[in-house]
Amino acid sequence: MMRWLGWLYLLTAYGFILLPVAVLVLFSLQDGRLPVPPFQGVSFRWYADVLGDRDLMAALGNSALVAVGSSALACALGFLAAYGLARHVLPGAALVRALLVLPLAVSTLIVGLGLLIGLNRLGIGLSLWTAGIGHVVINLPLCFAILYSAMGDQQRNAERAARDLGANQAQVLWLVTVPMLRPALLAAFFLSVTLSWDEFIIGFLLTRFDVTLPVEIWNLLRSGLSPRLNAIGSLVFLASVAVVVALEILVLARRRA
Amino acid sequence: MTAPVALDRVGHSFGPQRVLRDIGLEIAAGEYVVLLGPSGCGKTTLLSILGGFLRPDEGRVLIDGRDVTALPPAKRPTTTVFQDYALFPHMTLRDNVGFGLRMAGVAKATRHQMAERQLALVGLERAGGKRPHEVSGGQRQRVALARALAVEPDVLLLDEPLGALDLKLRRVMQDELKAIQRRVGTTFVHVTHDQEEAMAIADRIVVMNAGRIEDQGPPDRVYRRPASLFTAGFMGEMNRIPARRGPNGIETRLGVLPVAVPGSAPRLTVCLRPEALWDGAGDWDLGPAQVEDTAFFGTHFRAHLVPERAPDLRLVAHFPPAQAPEPVVRLSVDSQELSIFPEGSP
Amino acid sequence: MSEGARGWGFVAPALLWTVAFFLVPLGVMAAMSFARLDGRELVWGLDWGNYAKLAEPAIGQAVRVSLEITLTVTAVSVLLAYPLAAILAFQVPPRWQRLALLLALLPFWTSYVVRSYAWLLVLSKQGVVNKALMGLGLVTEPLTLANTRFATVTGFVHFFTMLLTLTIYANLVQLPRNYARAAQDLGASGWQTFRHVILPLTLPGIVTGAFLSFVLCIGDYITPQILGGNNELALPQVIMVQLGRRADFPLASALSVVLMGLVTVAYLLSSRWLRLDRT
Repeated sequence: MMRWLGWLYLLTAYGFILLPVAVLVLFSLQDGRLPVPPFQGVSFRWYADVLGDRDLMAALGNSALVAVGSSALACALGFLAAYGLARHVLPGAALVRALLVLPLAVSTLIVGLGLLIGLNRLGIGLSLWTAGIGHVVINLPLCFAILYSAMGDQQRNAERAARDLGANQAQVLWLVTVPMLRPALLAAFFLSVTLSWDEFIIGFLLTRFDVTLPVEIWNLLRSGLSPRLNAIGSLVFLASVAVVVALEILVLARRRA
Repeated sequence: MTAPVALDRVGHSFGPQRVLRDIGLEIAAGEYVVLLGPSGCGKTTLLSILGGFLRPDEGRVLIDGRDVTALPPAKRPTTTVFQDYALFPHMTLRDNVGFGLRMAGVAKATRHQMAERQLALVGLERAGGKRPHEVSGGQRQRVALARALAVEPDVLLLDEPLGALDLKLRRVMQDELKAIQRRVGTTFVHVTHDQEEAMAIADRIVVMNAGRIEDQGPPDRVYRRPASLFTAGFMGEMNRIPARRGPNGIETRLGVLPVAVPGSAPRLTVCLRPEALWDGAGDWDLGPAQVEDTAFFGTHFRAHLVPERAPDLRLVAHFPPAQAPEPVVRLSVDSQELSIFPEGSP
Repeated sequence: MSEGARGWGFVAPALLWTVAFFLVPLGVMAAMSFARLDGRELVWGLDWGNYAKLAEPAIGQAVRVSLEITLTVTAVSVLLAYPLAAILAFQVPPRWQRLALLLALLPFWTSYVVRSYAWLLVLSKQGVVNKALMGLGLVTEPLTLANTRFATVTGFVHFFTMLLTLTIYANLVQLPRNYARAAQDLGASGWQTFRHVILPLTLPGIVTGAFLSFVLCIGDYITPQILGGNNELALPQVIMVQLGRRADFPLASALSVVLMGLVTVAYLLSSRWLRLDRT
């Protein structure tokens, strides 16, 4: 009885969770002008429309650029900081750790607003660069936290062994620490990419002429419901899912090996 | 507070893997039984079946003559001391020990009093207000014991209870476990892979291998006269001498043994413990042997020997600690200390 | 080079980044919250006028709306997510768990904008929910579901149920199985095992997830903007209004400081059980 109720609950929950994306993807194939029932047949014309849209494609390129660039930098900074804090006894380390993860507890709206005000003061113009800076700020805490918790003692001994055998600091990092932390580095990087790829408010506040994809979608949304929006939304969603699934397979394959 | 236990043709599989076959075992009320075997032999599975965490595919479990095979753990007169202790980290030691009483609806004041008494029994009088992470591994082990005993079970099940402790502490806890069992009189069933621990505690050792019971009996009998080649090897170091059935007895390269062995297997293995060998005269003379090397172990000298009659054979012997053995010894053995099995039997 | 100096060398880049692009801007923002807009001219100083505007109905209401929505969303999401996480952790066979979890978190990976838009489709007058209700004959007129607080809450609950399912599931599966076994062994029923052992031990996971939900929910602009309609504005919407037409940065800053204050209060209330550094 309890088990039966459990399965029923699971099914209902899946229904609730998957309903909006199912509707989104289904009506992206709508052969008609409105993305609502009745479904009038399968057509890929909205995808063709979206893929042929210069502004959308430019925004997609911008988003990819910002996501990959800011994630790579956030991972690099997070890795170095995690290494420094995990392998060295530093006074005030607890405070530094707290400061590094603090942006997680502050709304991205406020992070973006603060940066906007600061940049205005300095007279720096808005661009993809400024959005990238903002994305590094919000992704750095995650990358740092993931990498810091992944730095265990078995790696410390491997590092000591490498140093004992004559490796210098750079060689230890590059030949021992980085390879041993590869799963965590990959996880941090891809998580960061998906978050940055989907991020709206910082992109909205800190870009001007070249915008990121969520901002461009937001601009389109003002003109109302359209299967075009479904098509671009589905593309964004499927791209994120592809990254997540790829990561899952990568991690699972590693575990089994 | 104590009851006999009977396992009646118990069998179990995990998927295609048969982990227990046809286990029959009678345990008397108040007996201290140790299930001993290598990892994967089925001893922990058997304990889970006794505790009610696993329902066997075949057979019955009887406690005090009552069939409990289908009863869940909560309804059984058994409690378990888990290998990782499973102390609730968010509760004080007192609340941990009183948990079973709380579930039974015992009022708070009484429960605390009883919990404190149990804690005192295991030597933790003043630690009731602490939490599990604030006490040492050995103390946690005692709390787990006190918690399991607090509900006054008929049968206490212990799953590698000393496995997480260092050697010295383990020896101390062995003595304590046995003393506590004598005091409370509860039937104890204890799983371990450490044969020294088994010998130190058990009234009866049940040796398991590959899902079967290989041997069972009092520790000295199981050690000195094992029932199978596997038991012989598992219980401690063993010299194995290849042998053949001959017209005058058992023929080995070290001489003929004037004993009869049941069965008809032509090739045999003669097993003898290192401490069964000595320098001097005995029932069976193995001839002179050269001492290859010796090491002092406190209670004895351990020596590697090369018998002159079979120079490619190596024997291990324990000699009295008072004096290191001479370079050449005259080896003898008491035929009472011999075990002979068909060659290659499990 | 000493050990310590070398250690700081590794930490410095991240630390400088966080200070330069996070801490300093926040400081500037805090200072600006005490500034005043005189026409188009910014006047620095120690002016509490921006904070005094909290007493104005429009702004006071926004704070109340935000708190009401956030608290509702957090509570409903915990109540929906816990059973889901428990079913995933204990009822779904282990070999299927990762797949089941992945499926339950799939929409987690879409942006706020797309997700909110998708809910708008679902809840609109001609959307699938209204069509289904009318098809079943439960209603004759389409219900106004979109552009209401209900829609905002639904959109939020959808997201935070997924987030909380993840944090609670992670907490449940790392509980050693023997805790539940030990409780049952000592006579606890299924409910007692949950009440006395599982729930207290998963409280940190619940509180951590709930705190994250609170932070993300109270600071979100998009969901109420797309789904909530024009009847009531949440605090982030009011902040964005200041940035837009009126370019009143001092007021926007002051409201942001208030927003951070709310998050800080939530943090202090939940800090006893929070495990931020271990997630």
